[in-house]
Amino acid sequence: MFRNLGQLVILFWQTLWSLPLTWRQRRKVFDQLFEIGNASLLMVCVLSLFIGGVLALQTGPVLVERGASSVLGGMIGLAFCKELGPVMMAILIAGRIGSAMAAEIGSMRVYNEIDALRTMNISPIHYLVLPRMVAIAIALPSLVIFAIPVGWLGGAMVSALNGRISIGFEAFFGDLRTMVEVGDVFNGVFKSFVFALAICTISCQQGLITIGGPRGIGRSVTKAVVNSIVGIVILDYILTRTLLYIK
Amino acid sequence: MMNVDARQNVRVEVRGLRKRFGENEVLNGISFNVEPGEIFIIMGPSGSGKSVLLRQIIGLEEPDAGEILIENEPIHSSDVLQKYRMAMVFQSSALLKSLTVGENVGLYLSEHQLKTPEEIDRIVREKLELVGLKGIKDRSTSELSGGMQKRVALARALVIEPQLILYDEPTSELDPFMSVVIAEEILKLRNRIHATSIIVSHDRDLAFGIGDRIAMLSDGKIMQIGTPKEIKESRDPQIQRFIHAELNANSTKP
Repeated sequence: MFRNLGQLVILFWQTLWSLPLTWRQRRKVFDQLFEIGNASLLMVCVLSLFIGGVLALQTGPVLVERGASSVLGGMIGLAFCKELGPVMMAILIAGRIGSAMAAEIGSMRVYNEIDALRTMNISPIHYLVLPRMVAIAIALPSLVIFAIPVGWLGGAMVSALNGRISIGFEAFFGDLRTMVEVGDVFNGVFKSFVFALAICTISCQQGLITIGGPRGIGRSVTKAVVNSIVGIVILDYILTRTLLYIK
Repeated sequence: MMNVDARQNVRVEVRGLRKRFGENEVLNGISFNVEPGEIFIIMGPSGSGKSVLLRQIIGLEEPDAGEILIENEPIHSSDVLQKYRMAMVFQSSALLKSLTVGENVGLYLSEHQLKTPEEIDRIVREKLELVGLKGIKDRSTSELSGGMQKRVALARALVIEPQLILYDEPTSELDPFMSVVIAEEILKLRNRIHATSIIVSHDRDLAFGIGDRIAMLSDGKIMQIGTPKEIKESRDPQIQRFIHAELNANSTKP
């Protein structure tokens, strides 16, 4: 475990160190951006809409019963932009993109493609990890910025249409505006940026240490997704604690 | 790659190389020299450590003990890979499946930004033509046969204009005709750019046909180094068994 952590830190540091070479890899960054961003957009919309809806469905009737319906919009607004939005989108991207990263790099490792790069004096970190890191660090926060209003909309729709809640759009968003500040949205976007770095580092590291044939690749993919999700949850706690302390 | 030696070939010296994977000692004190421009063949039975030795020579793995010197400089010193142009043709060809044939061949030049895209395109066409693969630049590597993939890998190595080129089983999985084509390409390459070549192979025809010297490896040790003639005339029974191994169909009859 500690060896893995050490490898993660080294890989992350080496990738940061190679950031000045990003312009050289711009074509690969754009390809990855398309893969991570554009291809995930529909899934992000659906997920956000339903999470917002479920949140309203679970909390709305309870708050209405206790006469606290006026805080519903603000509560859903805060919960989605500070926690659910960044965490759920990060988990989605870990499953969709982290697994793809581990599988692709793992397969390149197993079939000697990474060795071939090294014999050509091409660093696998510059060629494979850097473009993915830059792309995911742009794409995931952008997806979260997109997901937050969609999640709010999901909450507002359920609040308006569900007979046990019946809070109109205007009242929902009015309350949301009084409670949610720009800093709260920034808080969530910042978290997603850190999650993006973690997903990429964990997935690429798993790919780079893959051994064996197809079974080894499968093992790496599973580890990449599971470790990314565990990493996201642990980092979420640390970041929440730190951001609360700073505030 | 900016600091390129004007000489086209390099001397390789391997001294007391040892490598162990767990309890298994794969290389057990290997020493030999490869002279500039020489075609040096490493032969031996499966599992004798040939491919591991090749990976150590190109610097993909570090030995447990011993050293590899390229022009008297240790391979693992930071600037050797920068200073000398080296290439390896892998047994599996190791072409990048996400790239086209042309992108694979021109990868070294494009990644190191050594030429303009137009020049890279011209060089790629030229090298592909040289290995008899005209007009396949835009094809996917997965569309190619094993022999074609090997030749694309050779073209990719040629682009580097290597001073040292390593081949891991270049004729494995190929039909006899294609094996001859590849052997001829290796020979032509040596004659044209005078690169030092180290070839790991089981292929007796290849070894005796194009090798200047042959090292016979068994259980991580070198049994004998000599010219093809010396190896053929060796009195070592293990070497004789290896180079004269033939199927005797009668011996399998009940």
